[in-house]
Amino acid sequence: MPLNNYETVIGLEVHVELRTKTKIFCGCQVSFGAPPNTNTCPVCLGHPGVLPVLNRQAVEYAIKAALALNCKVPEWTQFARKNYFYPDLPKAYQISQSDSPIGEHGWIDIEVDGKTKRIGITRLHLEEDAGKLMHVEGGQASLVDFNRVGTPLIEIVSEPDIRSPEEAKAYLEKLKAIMQYCDVSDVKMEQGSLRCDANISLRPHGQTAFGTKTELKNMNSFRHVQRALEYEQLRQADILDSGGKIVQETRRWDEAKGITVSMRSKEDAHDYRYFPDPDLVRLHIDEEWKARIRATIPELPDARKKRYMEEYGLSSYDAGVLTSSKQLADLFEDSLKYTADAKAAANWIMGDLLAYLNANNLELEDVKVTGQGLGEMLQLIEKGTISNKIAKTVFKAMLETGKAPQQIVEEQGLVQISDEGAIRQIVDKVIAANPQSVEDYKNGKEKALGFLVGQVMRETKGKANPALVNQLLVERLKN
Amino acid sequence: MSLFDLRLTDLHNKLAKKELSVSELTEASLKRIAETDEKIGAFLTLDEEGARKTAKRLDEHLASGGERGLLFGLPAGIKDNLVTEGLRTTCASRFLENYIPIYDATVVEKLRDAQAVTIGKLNMDEFAMGSSNENSAFKPVHNPWDLSCVPGGSSGGSAAAVAAGQVYFALGSDTGGSIRQPAAYCGVVGLKPTYGLVSRFGLVAFASSLDQVGPVTKNVEDAAYVLQTIAGHDPKDSTSANVEIPDYISALTGDVSGLRIGVPKEYMGEGVDPKVKACVLEALKTLESLGAVCEEVSLPHTEYAVAAYYLLASSEASSNLARFDGVRYGVRAKNAENLMDLYLRSRSEGFGPEVKRRIMLGTYALSSGYYDAYYLKAQKVRTLIKRDFDQVFEKFDLIAGPTTPTPAFKIGERISDPLTMYLNDILTIPVNLAGVPAISVPCGFADGLPVGLQIIGKPFGETAVLRAAHAFESHTDHHTRRPALV
Repeated sequence: MPLNNYETVIGLEVHVELRTKTKIFCGCQVSFGAPPNTNTCPVCLGHPGVLPVLNRQAVEYAIKAALALNCKVPEWTQFARKNYFYPDLPKAYQISQSDSPIGEHGWIDIEVDGKTKRIGITRLHLEEDAGKLMHVEGGQASLVDFNRVGTPLIEIVSEPDIRSPEEAKAYLEKLKAIMQYCDVSDVKMEQGSLRCDANISLRPHGQTAFGTKTELKNMNSFRHVQRALEYEQLRQADILDSGGKIVQETRRWDEAKGITVSMRSKEDAHDYRYFPDPDLVRLHIDEEWKARIRATIPELPDARKKRYMEEYGLSSYDAGVLTSSKQLADLFEDSLKYTADAKAAANWIMGDLLAYLNANNLELEDVKVTGQGLGEMLQLIEKGTISNKIAKTVFKAMLETGKAPQQIVEEQGLVQISDEGAIRQIVDKVIAANPQSVEDYKNGKEKALGFLVGQVMRETKGKANPALVNQLLVERLKN
Repeated sequence: MSLFDLRLTDLHNKLAKKELSVSELTEASLKRIAETDEKIGAFLTLDEEGARKTAKRLDEHLASGGERGLLFGLPAGIKDNLVTEGLRTTCASRFLENYIPIYDATVVEKLRDAQAVTIGKLNMDEFAMGSSNENSAFKPVHNPWDLSCVPGGSSGGSAAAVAAGQVYFALGSDTGGSIRQPAAYCGVVGLKPTYGLVSRFGLVAFASSLDQVGPVTKNVEDAAYVLQTIAGHDPKDSTSANVEIPDYISALTGDVSGLRIGVPKEYMGEGVDPKVKACVLEALKTLESLGAVCEEVSLPHTEYAVAAYYLLASSEASSNLARFDGVRYGVRAKNAENLMDLYLRSRSEGFGPEVKRRIMLGTYALSSGYYDAYYLKAQKVRTLIKRDFDQVFEKFDLIAGPTTPTPAFKIGERISDPLTMYLNDILTIPVNLAGVPAISVPCGFADGLPVGLQIIGKPFGETAVLRAAHAFESHTDHHTRRPALV
């Protein structure tokens, strides 16, 4: 295994689209999937004479994100022009930040294999997005859609503190959760509202100097990031093992082939000629503004996880899963307004809910369950109205229809039979019909009881109260 | 005497009394242009139809008892780097030869709101880069006082059009002297406002941290009227200042007694034509006779201004002009083989030599490894130059001196020598670097060519500048002289 000889060093650059209503430097709407070039104006099209005017909401979201990532937010921040020619960049420069980003020196904690590790964040800066190119088949033409131009982005650059592809994935998941908690972005990788590039290098264990790095692009999901890094660390290790040298370059991840391919070498790298944008004045961020924004940051995943463990006695793993997404955690907490059984609520979310989402490839927002619904369902179980088994049917219906559990139970006639007389009749019937099993039980074969309970449940279409069935059967069999 | 020699208030009285209509005024402008512009070359685009329509509308407006705007009915020329919706805006560049803007510059809107009549778009040096108007891609402008001379630049068309009586007033833009120098060369008044006083929205950017739009007029009073119209905060321009706009017109009291005027020795020394110097000294005497106090001062970093300016302005220009890539508007080279080829050919075909020179200079100054030595160093020089002005303004109300070291030079004389051409702006450039306001007013003639007196004020001190210029003008008649054209 060539990797054993090396330590992997990874740094990530993550772009997050901010969910402002309008663009960062003009009044055009920000929207995903609008017809091409419908959300444009002279400013975002880079017509002669136009000037940018900074969107205050974008700045506030960026500050909020920076604070949530434990960054220092300076008193003054400034925009700079990043100059390069490309058809999706109308002004031929991107308004970004260079010397004085909105956030610096932050960190987040990640957990891998039960161990917590702190990953440094070098900087967080605010910038504008570019448009999108569409290449006409046959290579005869390229079309540009400028709708996305000017969508506010924050770029979050990590320190090279990440030591494995798993850590990279954990970092991304935590970062995504924090952005989601702060409600500054949709963080949907498939829609491009979260994008990730990775820098990776290897060095012999014990060496402090970094090895030569490559930059990986075109990873469209966290899994791609992990796979690309796994591939790239092996590729680099092979080269180093055979006495070769790593070429500093940008490589594109080819998901279909599962390999990285060279895009451009360091020699082809742009000189972006950053300089302060003279069209935008320096931005003053006073303590009062910062404090006001800080106050809007909700309880973040780490804090929430800790609280779940302390308040509800959940395991670290369970609390971690529940708080990995704000929606999941909110659902959990909402359900607790209707039930006191936190562990049961957690189990339903982590079990049936996540299994359903995974099996159907859905997101939480795609299903209609509410915290209230889950809580009320747990009440029905507690009261014995439905069994755990019936609850599974009810829960699935809740996910699919959004109906209240009580209504589902009534509509489908799922109320648990707890009437002793009714159950006793069926018990008698089953005993009469299965003399062999009765015999087996009396001869000490405990398993036979399970069979008989099953028969009763079958007769009642699962609606009989299982505990009562058990109790009545045993009573009868002993007599 | 031409209609345009009437004072604005007299003209407005005539209009009010129906002795004159806006349509007649507009026709007078169009007629004068038809008679003279073949020789002068001030106009790149005439909007006869639009002007006549506006005039008719304004006449009807007045007839139906409507209010008169500040610039009611006045025929105006607009420098061709201010975008006008639906009216070709070229920046005197091949690149934008057929560019029709899709919006109006804020100052253009303001002129319309003040009921001026836009006659057309004025010639200039390509993208405002130049001091002689010879860098227009289409045609040079000739100085109305001597057709073999340049009118100055880059707002050469604006100054020449006003001097030749083609329009009542014009708008120009000033990045390193581009309003004041041509005003001086053409014997008219040109004002560069404080950076941030007038919106830059819709001004095609040359050097964003230096560009300002301002009036070119026959006299100071008109300059005050135009400034009153165009000054003010614009939410579309983040660098426009949110300050209260004073009443510039009522500031023209004629009273300059006790006003302290610093005269920088660096502006009166070597390289300044003795005849220019003589006119300026005479002008200072006039101001002193009115009660102002003139004293020699020093702006010690003046000699570094031109070098710093050409680094900073070119750096910004290299980025500002990058959007002219042939993708969305303007020239697109035919038969480009690939993307890089499209860029190279479109820009090679679209830009003239001076524009290319400055893009290269600016690109170089911003390049990695050179940024600190050039761009950053130039910014530091800029800070020192600004400090020079701050220090003088601690003790003085105004600074005065010549606008240019020499009167207008011959067409073709300096075009092959960019360095000599650049040095021509040595007295106007420091003002842009410091961001302060300055005016050029006619103060005499040297060998039959006009000479300009430059009066520089504190930031947002336009009232003091205008007051002093107006007082001077009221006691001299240089501004009333007209070139013997046609």
